Amino acid sequence: MTAAHGHEIVTHTSNLLRWIPLLPLIGAAINFLVGSRIQRKMGRGAVAGLATAMPAMSFVLVVMSFLQLKGYPTDERIIIDHVWKWIHIGTLNADIAFQFDPLSAVMCLVITGIGSLIHVYSHGYMDDEPAAWRFFALLNLFMFAMLCLVLGDNLLMMFLGWEGVGLCSWGLIGFWFSEMANARAGNKAFIVNRVGDFGFTLGVFLLFWTLDSHGAGTVVFRELANSVHLIANDQLWGTTVATVVTLFLFVGATGKSAQIPLYVWLPDAMAGPTPVSALIHAATMVTAGVYMIARMNFLFDMAPFTGQVITTIGALTAFFAATIGLAQNDIKKVLAYSTVSQLGYMFIGVGVGAYAAGVFHLVTHAFFKACLFLGSGSIIHAMHHEQDMRNMGGLKNYMPRTYWTFLIATIAIAGIPPLAGFFSKDEILWKAFNYNPAIWAVGFAAAGMTAFYMFRLVFMTFFGECRADHHTVEHLHESSGFMTWPLVILAVGSVFAGFLGVPAALGGSNMFEQWLEPVMAHSAHGGGHDVHGGHHNLTLEYGLMAGSVLFAMCGIFLAHLMYNRKSINPDGIAQIAGGRLHTLIYNKYYIDEIYQVVWVDGSLGLAKMLSWFDKNVVDGIVNGAASVTKLVSFINGRIDLHVVDGLVNKTASLVHGVGGAVRRIQTGSINAYLYVIVIVVTAVLFARTW
Amino acid sequence: MFESVGLHHYLVVGLILFCFGLFCVLTRRNAIGVLMGVELILNAANINFIAFSRYSAGSYDGHVFSIFVIMLAAAEAAIGLAIVLSIYRRAKSIDVNELQGLHW
Repeated sequence: MTAAHGHEIVTHTSNLLRWIPLLPLIGAAINFLVGSRIQRKMGRGAVAGLATAMPAMSFVLVVMSFLQLKGYPTDERIIIDHVWKWIHIGTLNADIAFQFDPLSAVMCLVITGIGSLIHVYSHGYMDDEPAAWRFFALLNLFMFAMLCLVLGDNLLMMFLGWEGVGLCSWGLIGFWFSEMANARAGNKAFIVNRVGDFGFTLGVFLLFWTLDSHGAGTVVFRELANSVHLIANDQLWGTTVATVVTLFLFVGATGKSAQIPLYVWLPDAMAGPTPVSALIHAATMVTAGVYMIARMNFLFDMAPFTGQVITTIGALTAFFAATIGLAQNDIKKVLAYSTVSQLGYMFIGVGVGAYAAGVFHLVTHAFFKACLFLGSGSIIHAMHHEQDMRNMGGLKNYMPRTYWTFLIATIAIAGIPPLAGFFSKDEILWKAFNYNPAIWAVGFAAAGMTAFYMFRLVFMTFFGECRADHHTVEHLHESSGFMTWPLVILAVGSVFAGFLGVPAALGGSNMFEQWLEPVMAHSAHGGGHDVHGGHHNLTLEYGLMAGSVLFAMCGIFLAHLMYNRKSINPDGIAQIAGGRLHTLIYNKYYIDEIYQVVWVDGSLGLAKMLSWFDKNVVDGIVNGAASVTKLVSFINGRIDLHVVDGLVNKTASLVHGVGGAVRRIQTGSINAYLYVIVIVVTAVLFARTW
Repeated sequence: MFESVGLHHYLVVGLILFCFGLFCVLTRRNAIGVLMGVELILNAANINFIAFSRYSAGSYDGHVFSIFVIMLAAAEAAIGLAIVLSIYRRAKSIDVNELQGLHW
């Protein structure tokens, strides 16, 4: 655990790095400021072209930096770009600085690569959108924030990105805000995320404080990795500080990455335009939690208990989200729960200490889930914004390209070799089996369900007779090239991305894990368990692989019987256990309703109670005081009336006269008041200087 | 390249921000715009606090003050927006030129 520290890591500098996040920011600024004018004068294409060019250029820069990084020896693979000093107070030093290491490189390639494709796709998808400039500006701003998150070299930069992506997510979920439901979904996402972010900030504070008490206060990742061993013996609340800090950080991750108990916002987030769901709520933003844990791996290795919590939550999320996915009829809701479930897998990976495996699944998932979401967007676009699968069917004849790409991505997510999902998912399951077979069993069950509900989706959407109304069928057509070519590229990625990390057992060398080795070097012996397992029990590993492939096949076959051949009636299955189980799953275990009652109504109730307290108790005291005063004044008044009145009446009439004259100044116009304030203050200031 | 930046530069930035804020407060007809102008003014004050703190004794007084100002601004925004909202409910307008009810 006390891995190499004390010696300085050799780093390289480059001024190119800052342009990777900066270019999308420039695009966002232009589109926010003059986008509506550009769109009016030069059309939607100009806006979309500008917005697409920026992340595309970032992608080129990322590839260049990646090649540069690759040229360095393994232990020197880190490029720093220090832009300027930011916050220097006491021992807290945080700068606007970017760091490009193997982990950031992987994340940046995914974000800019898939992000650019989704920008291209959006041009096709938003073809009748009057406020396209706002959409593209927010999308570019999101790219900026996300790149800050993964490139920042300290926790504050990461937090800047962390909050930035949340803000853009809010803006994009509620993009069509004229419908109340969309605006509500955006607010829900933002508020639920704030709960998680609060945990994240507490974690950062506690970490900094504890380190500071050892004279090593820092928030820079490189320095943290070197000095984090100092807090190994610190205790707080009956456990180690490292455990408390990591638990707080994990609370942040559950918010951003939609894990139990904070996953509820993600399904609602599907109210946003579909490219947004693909980019933010499948490929990039929701994986921020996984990235954060992988980035802070040296800290998480010091807290085996947190590892257990993460693994358990991940497994439960993977399982429960998969069960909900079984019964949904909205095509995007199925994909949303599938995303939650797959994120659960990633957390199993990072929880057991197999950070590379978690990040590997993140990458492959980005390909096939983006492809699935964009495919569903293509369908929704062609069906005139119909999202209910019960009204679809037979679409493979109308939309062949969408069908084939969607099918490839579905096979990938189901975990059928040799497509991408198989390698990454089995890597995680294998690591989980070494950690605790119970976790493996839960993940294994969820994998079978994934195969089932994804193929249920495919059969309901693309096979059989079309159940849409006559008018929609007449207008059914394949989407434009802007939409289908990104699909094709992503489908190719879904096929081949898995070969980056072929495990040793299958004759590969797991390039991906080796590439991330320098970042995870500190955790080589972490967690007290063997994360590099696989050399010993080959038979077992082959057995598990074969088992999960077979199980996935069973899921697919069952889906085929139920929704394609229709030899098993799905309604019959739904009636098992008196239909109660189906109702429970169909209504998502009533979690939203429970949260509504406990949290929303709870805080409203508290507010009502306080308001009652205010009205009755506080006001009662005030009123009581008032009546006492009234009594005293009554007595006073009697004296007054007979003694002082004459004098007072004269004064009063004088005041009345003056007041009548002066009250004209009181115009009631706020602007007039403001001007008076400004003029008087200026006059006083001048008078003082004379 | 940033070494030549001195106290005056910060004060000028603060001044410009203050003037923008003042201009915004005086000319906006939308009450929310007025509130945003107030935020600018408060932040101009913040910049001055921080700049003086940085270039004078090196104590943290300025930082503490600016954090107070930030909290104050948050409270002000919350209450201000609540007032605007209730004005809107009563008057169906947030145009400050139309809101002449605050008089005798």
